[in-house]
Amino acid sequence: MIQYIFRRLLQGLPLLFIISLVLFVLMDNIGDPLATMGGRSVTRAADRQRLSRQLGLDQPILVRYVYWLIGNDWAKVDLDGDGVAETPGTRRGVLRGDFGTSLVVRGKPAIDVIAERIPNTLLLMVAAEVVIIAGALFMGIYSALHQYSFIDHAVTTISFIFYSMPIFFIALVSIYIFAVNFKAWGLPSLPANGMFDPTVGKTPAQVFLHMILPVVSIALISFAGYSRYIRSTMLEVQSQDYIRTAKSKGLGQRQILFGHALKNASLPIVTVVGLDLPLLLAGAVVTERIFAWPGMGRLFLDHVERVDVAVVMGILMITAVAVVVFQIITDIVYAWLDPRIRLK
Amino acid sequence: MMSTTETIAPRQAADELAPPLSVRQLGWRRFRRHKLAVAGLIILMVLIAYSFGGALFVSEKYANYNDLNQALQPPSATHPFGTDTIGRDIFARTIYGGQISLFIGLTAVIIETGLGILVGALAGYYGGRLDNLLMRFTEAMIIIPQLFLLIVMAKFFGGQVPNFTIFGRTYSGSLVVIIVIIGITSWMYLARIVRAEFLSVKEREFILAAHAMGTSTRQVIFAHILPSCMAAIIVSATLSVANAILAEAYISFLGMGVQPPTATWGNMLERAYSYIDKGVPWLWFFPAMLILLTVLSINFVGDGMRDALDPHSRTV
Repeated sequence: MIQYIFRRLLQGLPLLFIISLVLFVLMDNIGDPLATMGGRSVTRAADRQRLSRQLGLDQPILVRYVYWLIGNDWAKVDLDGDGVAETPGTRRGVLRGDFGTSLVVRGKPAIDVIAERIPNTLLLMVAAEVVIIAGALFMGIYSALHQYSFIDHAVTTISFIFYSMPIFFIALVSIYIFAVNFKAWGLPSLPANGMFDPTVGKTPAQVFLHMILPVVSIALISFAGYSRYIRSTMLEVQSQDYIRTAKSKGLGQRQILFGHALKNASLPIVTVVGLDLPLLLAGAVVTERIFAWPGMGRLFLDHVERVDVAVVMGILMITAVAVVVFQIITDIVYAWLDPRIRLK
Repeated sequence: MMSTTETIAPRQAADELAPPLSVRQLGWRRFRRHKLAVAGLIILMVLIAYSFGGALFVSEKYANYNDLNQALQPPSATHPFGTDTIGRDIFARTIYGGQISLFIGLTAVIIETGLGILVGALAGYYGGRLDNLLMRFTEAMIIIPQLFLLIVMAKFFGGQVPNFTIFGRTYSGSLVVIIVIIGITSWMYLARIVRAEFLSVKEREFILAAHAMGTSTRQVIFAHILPSCMAAIIVSATLSVANAILAEAYISFLGMGVQPPTATWGNMLERAYSYIDKGVPWLWFFPAMLILLTVLSINFVGDGMRDALDPHSRTV
């Protein structure tokens, strides 16, 4: 088993290498980092030169990639522009946990900028995922047990509609109804902006209130795919011989459902959930933008716009590593749930 | 996904005597049974008629004409869908925006399908080291969420294509950028489907026979193996049109999509959230509703096609 995990991790490395290289090349041209530095515009040519030298932007892309990857404390860099590299570098490189320094939040390590947002994003996304899985399990199982009933048809149609809906539509509609109109009608309204009311402070109650609309928006969109999937898996399991055996030996419906059907149906469900979990870390770009939620998605947008390469690369690489790791975890859980599968 | 809900009707006696149905006739028969798919097809035709037929009654000049005194007017007789933040008629813009949104959906999918077939066919047919290389690359592309890739690429290629004029209409160069980047960030799933089909089909006897008769590799790939994957490709491509339209809407909503003067349903929604508390729902309701209707009907049609083209299905 340990050998398997080790081998899979080794296989993941070249993958991450390709991704980082492709992304780094893309980053090279997303805008002028100097033009947006902290909101101040650098106009003088001499200043531009000095700044790009200090930030190492004057180096060829390959050199910059190497410095980004393994750092430059082993090499000397030319900071004063006299053509002689004499100052030892200070960066330690991504492989040693140094993602570089943020441009927007001046002087702050990119990894700290990202780490600040991770709890916010996880709070929002894990809550949404719990709502999605609980709701989808309930609806999926119900639909499978009452196939072709009125509720089954209704759920099918409604989930198709939500599945096809761009998330901003549902977000805008829910804000319009519950935040804007409820307030106008004097009803208790839900907040739709930020994580807490600054006049009240960051209390759990405030954060919970601010979470409701974004969580419901995310959940409604993703709910459909999961519940359809659970429904079809449950239907497939229900027609298996072992379910008939369980029925004929007189087990109760509850026991058949939870002890036999759901246990077997959980295999494909685990795969889907396992592959989606790492994406929770990346947050929801559009939802976070609409609801002004201070998470990773919004961090990504804000820093792409201001060409903060260190932070943007950091977010993308952390996401990529999470995806690779979760793929391995999913396979292990799968083998653990299904003894027929042997990991080689 | 959805399955057909009706029970299998007993075959009519006349059918037994009639000549056997062709694959296409059989497919169409099965498709017609999927009521939601038929409804989707009809809605889709109405939407196409709306965007392209509507252009006969409303000029593009009018769609781009702005009058700041008329900004944010609610729906009325002169402006059925109201006006936007700089006083353009939203009804006229949904017509021209619809053309572009539908066009983006179709063309992006052509690029996506081309790439997917190319990568999948090469990997599946040749196998070995090439397969390994191509599939690692495919995996690498899947790992980064598509929206992140789209944002980075939109920034990367943004502003590099100048505006161009075709048939007297000027289009924003960003239109080309958006089509290409949606295409190159979404081919991975199709490539996997095609590869899997190729892996199984290339081992069949008729391929061996084709090789024995001296058929060229290119002909084996395109004339013998590819047609057997067509059903899977068509279904996947249909559903991809919906995804491409959504992708355009998301990236345009964030302000990095197609730039003015070209309208799309997506960029009509740009910054709509900053006007949310001004109580002007018509600003975003109509374009978003049109996106929803289009995506929904394409998903229904794709689902119906999946049922209709499934070779294992025995329903007539």
